[in-house]
Amino acid sequence: MSNVYHIVVCAGIVPDPLQTLEPITTPAGPGLKNESMLPAVLDPWAGHALYEAANLAAHAPGSKLWLVSAAPKAKLQQVMMNVAQKASFELVPVDASANGFADAHAVAGVLAAAIQSISGLDRSRLLLFGGWESASRGASVTMQLVGEHLGILDQFQGVDQITIQPDGSFEVLERIEGGRHMASICQGPPALLGWATGNLPEPRNNPQIGMANMRTVMPALQKAKAAPLPQDAIRYLSVTPPKQQRQTRIVKDRPAGEIAAELLEWIAQD
Amino acid sequence: MSASAPSPSTPVERQQMSVDIVGVGFGPAMGGFLTTLSRQLLNEDGSPRFESAVAPGMPLQVICYERADGPGFGVSGAVTRARGIRGSFPDVDLAQIPMAVPVAEEKLVYLLDPIGASRRSLTLRIADWTIRTLGSLAGLCDHAVELPFTPPFMHKHDGMIFSLGQFNQWVSDQVTGSGLVQLWPGMPVSEPLIDGNAVNGVRLADQGVALDGQPGEGFMPGMDVHAALTVVADGPVGAVGRQLDSRFGLPEGHHQREWALGMKMVVELREDCGLEPGTVLHTLGFPEPEIFGFLYVHPDRLASVGIFIPSWMRSPVRTAYRYLQHFMLHPYLWNHLQGGTLRSWGAKSLQESGRHGEPPLAGDGYARIGEGSGSTNVLAGSGVDEAWTTGVQLAEAVIELLQQKMAFTRDNLEQAYVRRRRGSWVDAESKVAANSRNGFQYGVVPGLIGMAVAGLTRGKISAPENHQPVCACTSPLEAIYGSSIPASELKEMQEDCALRGASLHDRIMERIGWPEIPFDGHLLISHQDALLMGGSVQAPPGYANHVIFVRPQLCQNCEPKLCVEMCSGQAITRGEGGVPSFDREKCVYCGACLWNCRATTDGEHGNIEFRAGAGGLHSAQN
Repeated sequence: MSNVYHIVVCAGIVPDPLQTLEPITTPAGPGLKNESMLPAVLDPWAGHALYEAANLAAHAPGSKLWLVSAAPKAKLQQVMMNVAQKASFELVPVDASANGFADAHAVAGVLAAAIQSISGLDRSRLLLFGGWESASRGASVTMQLVGEHLGILDQFQGVDQITIQPDGSFEVLERIEGGRHMASICQGPPALLGWATGNLPEPRNNPQIGMANMRTVMPALQKAKAAPLPQDAIRYLSVTPPKQQRQTRIVKDRPAGEIAAELLEWIAQD
Repeated sequence: MSASAPSPSTPVERQQMSVDIVGVGFGPAMGGFLTTLSRQLLNEDGSPRFESAVAPGMPLQVICYERADGPGFGVSGAVTRARGIRGSFPDVDLAQIPMAVPVAEEKLVYLLDPIGASRRSLTLRIADWTIRTLGSLAGLCDHAVELPFTPPFMHKHDGMIFSLGQFNQWVSDQVTGSGLVQLWPGMPVSEPLIDGNAVNGVRLADQGVALDGQPGEGFMPGMDVHAALTVVADGPVGAVGRQLDSRFGLPEGHHQREWALGMKMVVELREDCGLEPGTVLHTLGFPEPEIFGFLYVHPDRLASVGIFIPSWMRSPVRTAYRYLQHFMLHPYLWNHLQGGTLRSWGAKSLQESGRHGEPPLAGDGYARIGEGSGSTNVLAGSGVDEAWTTGVQLAEAVIELLQQKMAFTRDNLEQAYVRRRRGSWVDAESKVAANSRNGFQYGVVPGLIGMAVAGLTRGKISAPENHQPVCACTSPLEAIYGSSIPASELKEMQEDCALRGASLHDRIMERIGWPEIPFDGHLLISHQDALLMGGSVQAPPGYANHVIFVRPQLCQNCEPKLCVEMCSGQAITRGEGGVPSFDREKCVYCGACLWNCRATTDGEHGNIEFRAGAGGLHSAQN
């Protein structure tokens, strides 16, 4: 079996997690305060999936990589200015809300439809990548549902590594409890891999990759079709941000053990 | 570890790329340039209006690199008349841009010192006494006097309040949405490619290097991007512009000896704060007479509030953050700000030499636009619209040269761009403003009088010029605080702070009567918390330190270390052996260290190099 893959990465965008995010109730349901003004980044979990996919495609000549993303077009355009410098891919954008409160079933349906519409995609060679988790759509089920929509039976979650075998099969390391991995052998595509963090660092920004990507990214964004997500699919009774408390000070030359002990004491006060 | 100058790197093979026009830095000036240019690149039938010289058959290949991770991550709030911006978007309601609102009310407010710790001259003390004696007859309320008028040269009453972060983001969406212009954030440019007297493009920063710049794991030499025209818009502390200044010099009589550090917060106001969107307050007098302040009210109960610390403030300890908190706590402002919540925080250096700081605007293969080209009007306190307009002017010039199939030579750019700029309102007003701030070299009151006279006489009368190099501008600590603190105690405080790595300015302020800041966890927070809650510094790995202490031995005996005291992000701290230590993971790229270094090597410039770096402050509402 030839090791040529058609890799599709599902990647959402999220408000820059470094910001202070404040849930509010909007006429359209729960949302984030000033969400449209918050800088967006590629969902960090999906980012790992993208970097692993790019690495795999680079080592499997003839392979192709698509990035499917459901997000507001303008925001996606902003994110692509940065992401498109890191890996070669073809963007398949869907103009939809990236709101983390959206129903996972609806989001999965939109993503699956977008994947099915990819011209030239060979489903027998399909490796569907995505984040095991999400910084906003944290239901941990979206990727599984996309896989079910597409009829992909071999699904792996919490993946940290994929190793291609000479016979075309691949070994997958999935995270399990106790800080260990479970190793599985999959005969080959189609398969779904929900990535944890993987082992690859974020690629350097490469201007040439960016230039090449942008020749297809901008036209794709201009043609992106809107896919409204149903507002009434799910109802939130209340939304509460995690409790935050900051007490910052600079401490130098203090043993790590003492710092850890103080942190434990501080946490125990809560 | 302390930063030191990396040794010259071994020549390496670099990727090469050719485009037609390469831009450096995305701000209002580049926004104006790309907006104007991108509209002219296609014919009505969609065919290229100008064929690329590097990609035959294709439209002009235009690319712009920006250090920050996004075009909207820069930090500043602005009130501007927006004449040039409106000219570019005649059919657009600018108030539709997030956080933008037309100016509705504008006030100039003199703030008296409610604490009694401010360093005020005898003249100001007499003025304060007179105002307090007259009380409400003089309009005194909440230790402040709203002046009955705003000088016409300061007026922004027909203008807009913007969040520059949101504005830049909006502009970048417009220009990149066309697909005709590529804008790449997160990509610092390290230097111009200079051949003889010509600029042939730029070199991007090396990646995969250690902090000292030496190749490390995953080394990727920065690409050389060749272009017929390099558009330099990287601001007053940008690496490319400053290297051009160093290589080609400034015109005779020009200098960049006046700077300021702007530090501000975006505050979510309480519901009953009483300030309407569109309100603009300019303040003077507090926390120190040299410090000007502002408060601009955006829609949705957001306000930008901040101060400027000028280079002519002679104190060798002038930490902006502490002053900013005292400024907000002034009763006139605190009445509105109390109960507010910090949304974001940031700082930026302003090149306030204006026309005096103007470098050559064009050369063979390059042109300068924006703040780094001396476009800021120092009398009106306006830079955004001027920067934007210089970008528009350059784009119009480029189109003219392309139409005439003329090369981007110095002569041609002088004719097409510089001539346009010289004939515009930007230049006419910069002439009026040129000497308007000369008086501040003699003191606050002469400065204010000089500004007023220069403004009212359209620049015909002004104080004589007496600008000193910034590094020679500060007075000894004893000269500033000697009347309040005995010399022996000052020395003791200096030694103790040096030993403990503590802020000398904080210590002195407390000693002379500034009260402690009553932290509330929402708006009044520690400097470190502002760094965490007001944004987040991004320092992607694999880039070298961008703040370099060129000759560490010069730093050893430099006291007080103004680079440490003025560092907005507390990224520069006291290091071993007296040499400051730099932590790029805290640097917000304000550039204050560059012009606040007093360890001079040549009597004009400091001992700090501010090189190209990646990342910076992510700030949501800037």
